[in-house]
Amino acid sequence: MEILKTYKLYIGGQFTRTESGRSYQIQSASGQAIANACLGSKKDIRNAVQAARKAQASWAAKSAFNRSQIIYRIAEMLETRKGQFIEELVLLGHSNATAVAEVQSSIDRCIYYAGWADKYQALSSSVNPVSSPHFNFSVPEPMGVIGVVACQETALIGLISQILPLIVGGNCVVVIANTTKALCAISFAEVLATSDVPGGVVNILTGEVAEMLPTLAGHMDVNALSLAKIKDHLSRNAQEAAIDNLKRCQLYSLDYFDSKNQGLHFITDFQEIKTTWHPIEQIAGGAAGY
Amino acid sequence: MSTTNWNLEPSLESTAVVQLKDQYELFINGQWQAPKAKKYFATINPSDESHLSNIAWATEADVDLAVKSARNAYENVWSKLSGAERGKYLFRIARLMQEKARELAVLETLDGGKPIKESRDIDIPLACNHFFYYAGWADKLQEAFAGQQIESLGVAGQITPWNFPLLMLAWKIAPALACGNTVVLKPAETTALTALKFAEICQEAGLPAGVVNIITGYGDTGAALVVHPDVNKIAFTGSTAVGKQIQKACIGTDKKLTLELGGKSANIILEDAAVDQAVEGVINAIFYNQGHVCCAGSRLYVQESIAAQVIEKLKFRLQSIYVGNPLDKNTDIGAINSKKQLETIEKYISLGREEGAEIYQPTCQLPSKGYYCLPTLFTDVAQSARIAQEEIFGPVLAIQTFRTIDEVLQKANNSPYGLAAGVWTDKGARIFGLSSQLRAGVVWANTYNKFDPASPFGGYKESGFGREGGVHGLSAYLKITN
Repeated sequence: MEILKTYKLYIGGQFTRTESGRSYQIQSASGQAIANACLGSKKDIRNAVQAARKAQASWAAKSAFNRSQIIYRIAEMLETRKGQFIEELVLLGHSNATAVAEVQSSIDRCIYYAGWADKYQALSSSVNPVSSPHFNFSVPEPMGVIGVVACQETALIGLISQILPLIVGGNCVVVIANTTKALCAISFAEVLATSDVPGGVVNILTGEVAEMLPTLAGHMDVNALSLAKIKDHLSRNAQEAAIDNLKRCQLYSLDYFDSKNQGLHFITDFQEIKTTWHPIEQIAGGAAGY
Repeated sequence: MSTTNWNLEPSLESTAVVQLKDQYELFINGQWQAPKAKKYFATINPSDESHLSNIAWATEADVDLAVKSARNAYENVWSKLSGAERGKYLFRIARLMQEKARELAVLETLDGGKPIKESRDIDIPLACNHFFYYAGWADKLQEAFAGQQIESLGVAGQITPWNFPLLMLAWKIAPALACGNTVVLKPAETTALTALKFAEICQEAGLPAGVVNIITGYGDTGAALVVHPDVNKIAFTGSTAVGKQIQKACIGTDKKLTLELGGKSANIILEDAAVDQAVEGVINAIFYNQGHVCCAGSRLYVQESIAAQVIEKLKFRLQSIYVGNPLDKNTDIGAINSKKQLETIEKYISLGREEGAEIYQPTCQLPSKGYYCLPTLFTDVAQSARIAQEEIFGPVLAIQTFRTIDEVLQKANNSPYGLAAGVWTDKGARIFGLSSQLRAGVVWANTYNKFDPASPFGGYKESGFGREGGVHGLSAYLKITN
C-alpha cells in the first residue's frame, strides 16, 4: 500500500498545516484525486507575513554574493529532484516532453537569476553628477515583504519566474500558489527547505485566491504585490485594498516559457531607489598634478 | 529675548519685467482657446491678497480636447521625430527659459508667495537646468536601458502642486518629452501663471502643436484628466490623500502611475555633529519655502547630550529670520500660499499646544495684509503626537530627543511616510550605517534640501513611488517590452 503524501503549507521555514484545519483535493488531469492540500486561511496569511518580515532584514543584510550562492543551490536541489517534478507535472496533465521542458526551463531560470544577485546593483545604481559640491549616489534597496499571487496557468515555471527576481533582490515573499496545480509549489517548498534559503524568505500557501488575497492585499506590513492573471474582480479588489499603505502593485500576464520573460526589470520592479548626498570639502591649497 | 523688529531698508525686486494679462485662456494644440463653459477664476498674490489675473477653468470637454490634441501630436508628429530632434526642442525651451529667467522668477513670487531670493536663485535655475539635462537624454535612451526593448508610452496626464510650480512642471514635462511622450498638464489652481508663461515659451520655441497642453482649473479638472480613457500615464505631485484617490482611479486601466506625495521627514543630529552647521541645516530644512516642501525636515531628533545646546541655538537663530514681503530680497520666509493653507497650519499650531508640547515663536511684526506665519518650534513633543506624525506643510518644527542610535532609527522610521531624512554626524561609518537603515528615498547627510536634475528624487512607503530626476527618472516615461 502506497503512503500518500500530506501537502502542507510552507511558512517560516517550517511545513505547517493550515490553522483552519481544512483541506481540498488536488486532482489529476482525468479528475482523479491525487492529494489533499491545505486550504490556507487569512490567519495563515498573517502568520506568513510575520515570518516574512522577521526574515527580511537579515536576508537583505547578507552579502549579494552569498545570496547568489544560495539561489544557485536552489537550482542544484531542483536538478536533483527533477524526476519528482516531471512526475507531478505529468500527473497534472502535461505530456512527458512538456514536463521535461518546463522543469529544465525552471532550473535554467534559477541559474539565470542566481547570477543577477550581485550584478543588478551595478546596473541600477548611479553616481549622479550634481552641480553643487556634493557626493551624490543612488542605490537600489529591496522593498521588503512582497505578496505574490503565483501564475495560475503553469505549475512551476510561473512560480519560479515570479519569486526569484524578488528574493534575488533581497525581498521576502508570501506566495499564494496555483490553486489547482499546487503540487509543484509544495514540492518547490521542499527544494527551498533543503537549499540554504533561510526560513521566512519564501512562504508558500495553498488554497483559494479569493479567500486569502484580500488579507494579503490589505495587510499593512506588506510593501508590494506581484499579481499574476486572476479574475478581474479579485484583482481589482486586491489593488483597491492595497491603496491604504500605497503598496506598489505589478500585474503580470506573461507566457513564462518565452525566454524574453526574464530580465533585469523584473528585479528592479521590486526595488526602491535611495539617493544620498554628502558635502565634499573644498580644499583650497591643493592643485591637481600629473 | 526677541529682537525681530528689524529696520531693514526694503530691497524690492521690480515687477516691471512681468507683463500680466487680465485673463488667460487654455493652451491647447499650440493655441490659446477659451474654456468651453466660459468659466474663469481669480488668482491672487498671497503676500497682499491683491488680484493678479483671471484663469480659465477647464471642464471635461476641454480636457478631452487637450488629450485629443496630445494624442494627435503623439501619433503624427512627436513619435515620428528622432530622439535627437526631440532633444533640440528641449534645448531650445531651456534656453528660452534662461533668457526669461527674471520674469519667471518674479512671476513665481507674485503668484505663490515664495521669497524672490528662492525663485531667482533656486526654482528658476533648477527648472531651466532640468530641461537642459533631459534634452541630452532624448537620443540616448537605449543606452540607459541596454539589452532591453523600450517604447514611449503615449499621452501623459500630469498634475503639479503649488509649492514649486515651475520647477515641478519641469520635473514632469522634461522627462516626458525626452522619452517621446506628449503631455497634458494641469497646474495647481493658486499658481498657474508660470505654467501659462511656459506655454508662451513653447510657442516661441516652435514646439509642434499639441506636444504640450496646459489646462488650468481646480481638482475637478485634474480628476477629469486622471480618468480620461486615452491617457497612458499619470504623474501626480500633491497630497497623499489625493494620491490614493488617483491610485484607485487607475485600477483596471493600463495607465502607468507615479506619485510624489507628502512627507514628515526626520532630521537627526548626533552628538558628534558639527553643531552650528547642523543648526543652520535644520533651519533650512523646515523654513525653506515657508515649510511648503514635501521633503521638509519637519521632525527634529537631537541626541540628548547636546539637546539643550541645539535648542537654544535654534531659538536664537529664529530671531534673525525675516518674515516679510516675498519681493523683498531681505525676506527669508515669504507668504503662505493661500488662506486655506494658513488655516491648516494655524490649526496644527493650536493642536500642538493642546497636545502638551512647548511652543516657541519669535515675536515680530507680520505684514497686516496677506497670509503669513511665524517660524515655530515645538519641544517636549511625543512620538505619537499628531504634530509629529501628520504633515503640516508649514514653518513648524516638532523637536524630540533621543539617547541611542537604535532608538532614533526606530523613531525616524516610525512613520507612514518615507520621503527624506537628514543625518548630522562627523563619523563617516555612522553616515553610511544610518543612511542605509533609514527608510527614505532621499537621505541628506550633513546637508539638507539639495536638488539637482541629475539626482533621482522620490519616496518610500506612503510618500509615493517612482523617481524624478537622473537616469532613474526615465523609467516613469517608458515601458520595457522585452
